[in-house]
Amino acid sequence: MAELHIALEVNGEQREADVEPRTLLVSMLREDLELTGTHVGCDTSQCGACTVLVDGHAVKSCTMLAVQAEHTAVTTIEGLGQPGSLHPLQQAFWDKHGLQCGFCTPGMIMAAADLMAHNPEPTDTEIRHAIAGNICRCTGYHNIVAAVREAASVMREGAAAPATNA
Amino acid sequence: MTTMTTDVLGAPVRRVEDPRFITGHGRYLDDIKLPAMTHMAILRSPYAHAKIRSIDTSAAKAAPGVVAVFTGADIAYNPLPMAWPAGGASGIQNNVNTPRALATDDVKWTGEGVAAVVAETAAQAQDALELIDVDWEPLPAVTDAEKAIADGAPQLHENAPNNRVFDWQVGDKEATDAAFANAAVTVHQRLVNHRLIPNPMEVRGDIGWYNPGTDEYTIWMSSQTPHIQRLLLAAFVMGVPEQKIRCISPDVGGAFGSKIFCYADMALVLHASKAIGGRPVKWVEERRESYGSTIHGRDHITYVDVAATKDGMVKGLRVKTLANLGGRLSTIGPGIPTTLYGRILSGPYKIPAVHCEVTGVYTNTTFVDAYRGAGRPEATYVVERAMDLVADELGIDPAEVRRRNFLPPDSFPYDNPSGLLTAVNGSKLYIDSGNYEPAMDKALAMAGYADIAAKKAEAKSRGKLLGVGLSTYIEVCGVAPSKWIGAVGEGWGAAMWESSNIKVHLTGKVVVTMGTQPQGQGHETTYAQIISHELGIPMEDIVVQHSDTQGTPFGYGSYGSRTSNVGTGAALKAAAKIREKARRYAAHMLEANVEDIEVEGAEYRVKGSPDKKKTIQEIAFALDLAFDTPEGMEPYLDETAYHDTPNCTFPFGTHVAFVEIDQETGNVELVRYVAVDDVGKKINPMIVDGQLHGGIAQGIGQALWEEAVYGDDGQLLSGSLLDYALPRAEWLPSFELDETVTPSPVNPLGVKGVGEAGCIASTAAVANAVIDALSPLGIRHLDMPFTAQKVWGAIQAASGGSGSAKGGEA
Repeated sequence: MAELHIALEVNGEQREADVEPRTLLVSMLREDLELTGTHVGCDTSQCGACTVLVDGHAVKSCTMLAVQAEHTAVTTIEGLGQPGSLHPLQQAFWDKHGLQCGFCTPGMIMAAADLMAHNPEPTDTEIRHAIAGNICRCTGYHNIVAAVREAASVMREGAAAPATNA
Repeated sequence: MTTMTTDVLGAPVRRVEDPRFITGHGRYLDDIKLPAMTHMAILRSPYAHAKIRSIDTSAAKAAPGVVAVFTGADIAYNPLPMAWPAGGASGIQNNVNTPRALATDDVKWTGEGVAAVVAETAAQAQDALELIDVDWEPLPAVTDAEKAIADGAPQLHENAPNNRVFDWQVGDKEATDAAFANAAVTVHQRLVNHRLIPNPMEVRGDIGWYNPGTDEYTIWMSSQTPHIQRLLLAAFVMGVPEQKIRCISPDVGGAFGSKIFCYADMALVLHASKAIGGRPVKWVEERRESYGSTIHGRDHITYVDVAATKDGMVKGLRVKTLANLGGRLSTIGPGIPTTLYGRILSGPYKIPAVHCEVTGVYTNTTFVDAYRGAGRPEATYVVERAMDLVADELGIDPAEVRRRNFLPPDSFPYDNPSGLLTAVNGSKLYIDSGNYEPAMDKALAMAGYADIAAKKAEAKSRGKLLGVGLSTYIEVCGVAPSKWIGAVGEGWGAAMWESSNIKVHLTGKVVVTMGTQPQGQGHETTYAQIISHELGIPMEDIVVQHSDTQGTPFGYGSYGSRTSNVGTGAALKAAAKIREKARRYAAHMLEANVEDIEVEGAEYRVKGSPDKKKTIQEIAFALDLAFDTPEGMEPYLDETAYHDTPNCTFPFGTHVAFVEIDQETGNVELVRYVAVDDVGKKINPMIVDGQLHGGIAQGIGQALWEEAVYGDDGQLLSGSLLDYALPRAEWLPSFELDETVTPSPVNPLGVKGVGEAGCIASTAAVANAVIDALSPLGIRHLDMPFTAQKVWGAIQAASGGSGSAKGGEA
């Protein structure tokens, strides 16, 4: 099958790839760009393990063709934070035991990141609604909700801090 | 040198595994790319029952990128092993039929593999599957266990008349019959414990690599049991010496029992790699595919009879169960509805007479094996529904009925008089410990159980039916003492000990290798906590390794909540050996008698001369250098230990579920969930709570949403995640947990195990809550799952409406 050349921004870097028109965004991320933190958990866009941010919005990267991502800015779990410079969500998932096997975790964190961007002070109900498209089989969601609640609190304090200093 | 190390045993230490998982650096099976790797796809039967007349692979072989195509005829006869046939010494009839690497003559369920394509890319392998032409001869199918054993049913296997796998029984039939003859009241109910699909978020997969230069096989597998798989693949499937196979489990994205087993694809990737000259072959199942290629769980039809006195004392329990095991048998399928179910049916209760008959049944469905809890949720569901039925019959509060029947705390170790835990040779398991009433009282207090009538009235004023359900359960952890499991007479084909190796390196850093295999339970953290506690070495100086048959001692893997009992026992023994050798060498270094060396944490001191001391790091340094080693002492602090548990451990607890049912729609909302669990001492309470949360959610999933549904033609109607409803965050409340602590006398640390407890308890609690909510309408029983459609129908039928109550018979 003929391949198409596409360019996009991934985790702040310009990346290019040659992909078949049928290639899903998740496949390009995993296979061509070797960003294997984004996982595939199903084949019907139900599980959310493949959730990434596309231009700041949470997207199940199995529902999007790679070619549709041309000229967009994609953020994957690898781009959110790394050991030593964790995003507050990553830190809170660690602190609150928001993961067990870790397979749903990247997608779950990216879905929560979308929530944070739009709702800095979510209620538990709003958190549960925001991650309803992401399935976790290990945690019963209890500690995931606690982690997102904690991260929101930390991020609000972080956002408030510069104003206080000024 | 640091000698004071914070004692981390019992502390809610953050997991050492997590930094890699929260940053995208986990390494799951599908993340592995090997040089020259090929990709395999498997053609699966579209029919539930059919003969294969012929398979034409010529077009597929010519397709772009295709490296090779295989059918069953290309592979030497190699049925997968069956390690627990539930037969053996007691002379039970058992008709074993297991899958082959690829089916040859016929298929027994939709999804059984019949051909495989190996190609340069996964997409090319998938594309080529469509070019394979199979000439099928469809046959009549049967999916329901009761229909399958009826006269005239389609027959699956010549050696299994009426599709019976086995007829098994346990308990005292005569005594049970007598209990019923003398009973003041009896209750009877048909219970369906429906089929579930385990659905770990990471599906299964394998990468096989044959090295022609060494004639050795390596297989990466998403598995709970790499050591067992090496044994099974070598001894039963591949016909290859055991030392020629290496099995590696990378990070495993959940398993819940489904990754214990020996699967056809494991043999296929190894066969294929050899056949194509040693290029690695990767196969990863798709989610839909996994519903036919990975085991299902539960699927019992049970008739339960209970004999009781007028004051609610249960005197007899008679259970007849049909266990649907699928079209062929999975690795330990028959063991689940027998040993792990029938033998613990009496739960935490003192029931003097119990008799259970189980018939295993072949049907045209995916094979059934251990899914989280494996037999114990099914048993708990039976006895907990039975308790509520007795309470309902007699008009006694369900909590009171349970209280009256609990084994009293001075019963332990408890040798069940009905013989549920007795092997045919007389070898016994005991319920090691228990104190059931305080846990129930605590849960009832948390739940505000005394005020339940007011709560129901308040809900009613909002048009809702409030129901409260109890489940008082026991779990059986740490399967199992080898002498018991080996002698139980049900054909278990392996031992059940565990292993640990500890090396204290020259730099004072520690490598612990274990035979157990985590799938999210945090073993790298909890074992490090234990070893840190035992040796006084900081956790950050300890690494825990596992899951590679090259480099870890043989172990039976992690399932049945066995790691914290059996695996921990091995780690403690290995640590004790390290300590003892360090003590002997400290005596040499300090020119003292061994008897005079006292150990506290990392310090080895001469009694009475506290300044004369060496740390374990100093000892390791000197002993690893071995420049000055006393006669007869080997260099290096390196010890291996094996542990066979003397008994299982038996966590228990009480769970209380609150549901509200909308009478207009039948929608069931789980509004509150309270759980008091006694899992003994905790290595890491944060991880314990996490295990409970997840287990509770899975059990709730069974009660309310999850169900594998087959059409009569054997097509799986709940055939994708679109159709099979896994619990979602929006559907669940946060859980209210508390504990009682009754240390297990079996385990040196007093720990029991927790992996399955939540799941064992919660299904029955939610089911009892739903029935409680519906009881004012005269509804005495409904089968799970309690979908809005089913509940609405039941409400309509009970109130004379037009809907029909499809489900259990009341």
